[in-house]
Amino acid sequence: MNLSKNNLGEVLASSAGQEVWSYIWPALGTTLYMLALTTLITFVLGLGLGIVLAVTGKDGIRPLPVFNAVLGTIVNVLRSFPSMILIILLLPLSRLVLHKTYGANACILALVGSCMPMLGRLVEGSLSEVVKGKVEAAKAMGTGNWNIVRKVLLPEALPSLVRSFTVTVIAILGTTALAGSFGAGGLGDVAVRFGYNRFRTDILIPTVLVLIILVQGIQALGDAIARGISRRRYLV
Amino acid sequence: MTESFVEIRGLTKTFRTRDGNVEVLKGIDLDVSRGDIFGVIGFSGAGKSTLLRCLNRLENPDAGSVVVGGVDIARLGKKRLREERRKIGIIFQQFNLFDSGTVFDNVAFPLEIAGAPRKEIKEKVESILDLVELTDKSRCHPAQLSGGQKQRVGIARALANEPELLLSDEATSALDPQTTYSILELLKEINRRLGLTVVLVTHELDVVKCACRHMAVIEDGRIVEKGEVRSVFSNPKSATARQFIRISEEFVRDFAVQGGESI
Repeated sequence: MNLSKNNLGEVLASSAGQEVWSYIWPALGTTLYMLALTTLITFVLGLGLGIVLAVTGKDGIRPLPVFNAVLGTIVNVLRSFPSMILIILLLPLSRLVLHKTYGANACILALVGSCMPMLGRLVEGSLSEVVKGKVEAAKAMGTGNWNIVRKVLLPEALPSLVRSFTVTVIAILGTTALAGSFGAGGLGDVAVRFGYNRFRTDILIPTVLVLIILVQGIQALGDAIARGISRRRYLV
Repeated sequence: MTESFVEIRGLTKTFRTRDGNVEVLKGIDLDVSRGDIFGVIGFSGAGKSTLLRCLNRLENPDAGSVVVGGVDIARLGKKRLREERRKIGIIFQQFNLFDSGTVFDNVAFPLEIAGAPRKEIKEKVESILDLVELTDKSRCHPAQLSGGQKQRVGIARALANEPELLLSDEATSALDPQTTYSILELLKEINRRLGLTVVLVTHELDVVKCACRHMAVIEDGRIVEKGEVRSVFSNPKSATARQFIRISEEFVRDFAVQGGESI
């Protein structure tokens, strides 16, 4: 059903119908599954990457110029690939690890590869924003580098880190939609296969709507958490 | 002169900047006796903060020795430096408190780092907060406090590990005169009660006058005058010291005249 053949009322009526949602519900499940797993892995790796980038940077607590430059270049190269190309490039890796190049699990590797460098940079930025004087105060108290990261940089940057995470989760959601076209399934897959290829505007509209609601929800949650932390510290 | 607690010899420090090298400290020799309150005064860029920061190696000296309590800070390895730093407290102009924690957490921080047991931390923090008269603010966050209160937390945090030396890097420069006075009184009281040595740097003559027993005047990376505060004031030998005294007097006079006119 689409707007060139049917009027808007008919399309919307079909959008609300059972047939359409019988495609969307399972796809939503797949998307949320990919989102959750990718987010989890990206969090851990991206946070680690960001800490390493910030700590070894020029103004970091343990500057390692050569190492930082090499790591930075790798991150930049990964980030220069359009997500689509990176997904295609990482599929052989999925085959190697999971013996499979289709399905949600196979795509998670590609999704992590695509989103982790971004989170790394965002975390690096959040950590570098911590006032230098606080780090100096900690140093002056005889604090080692690991404790500076753990007890000063991470807690002080927490509201900013939450915002970085929020941006990343939404980026991951966007990329899962893209990965849908490469056999991952999910909402992106439904939107392309039915909405675009088969001119099913009645499926396209609710799929996009669900994605909008997801993005809004994630952003609202992230904002609320970040604000909540700042408020508890009386910073806002 | 009593025993020297801080002994600085031939200290030099050069910063490499975009516009070339800047020699900030050009061979500093300085002695501070145990239990003294020692003021280093200088105009902006004279090198006074760098000098102070060499005492706990927030800046690495290029040459010379910085002996604190018999240990040459300039020559310590990483681990030993961390241990020695726990015996040297520092307070800053911008306080540098941790917004993520409460007043209690801030004061507890150095004790946690030093690995003190929980019960001991609690007792110690409470007794120090009592000393700086902030017991009722223990559960507050730094953002809820006034400038003077923040600096009291800074002092409490610096004292937590019972240091023998307290460094003050323009600690009162962001405070109003009344608060400055109360913070200086607190430093004097701590000096008296705990017998700890204080080295403070400032660009305000009144701070030195109010708090210090001995002083040094630093100009362009060199100590141009040092001695008892009273004798420097009554008989300033260097141009910089005379300039400081003149500015202070002019300020007081102009302020008084202006105040009179406005009434």
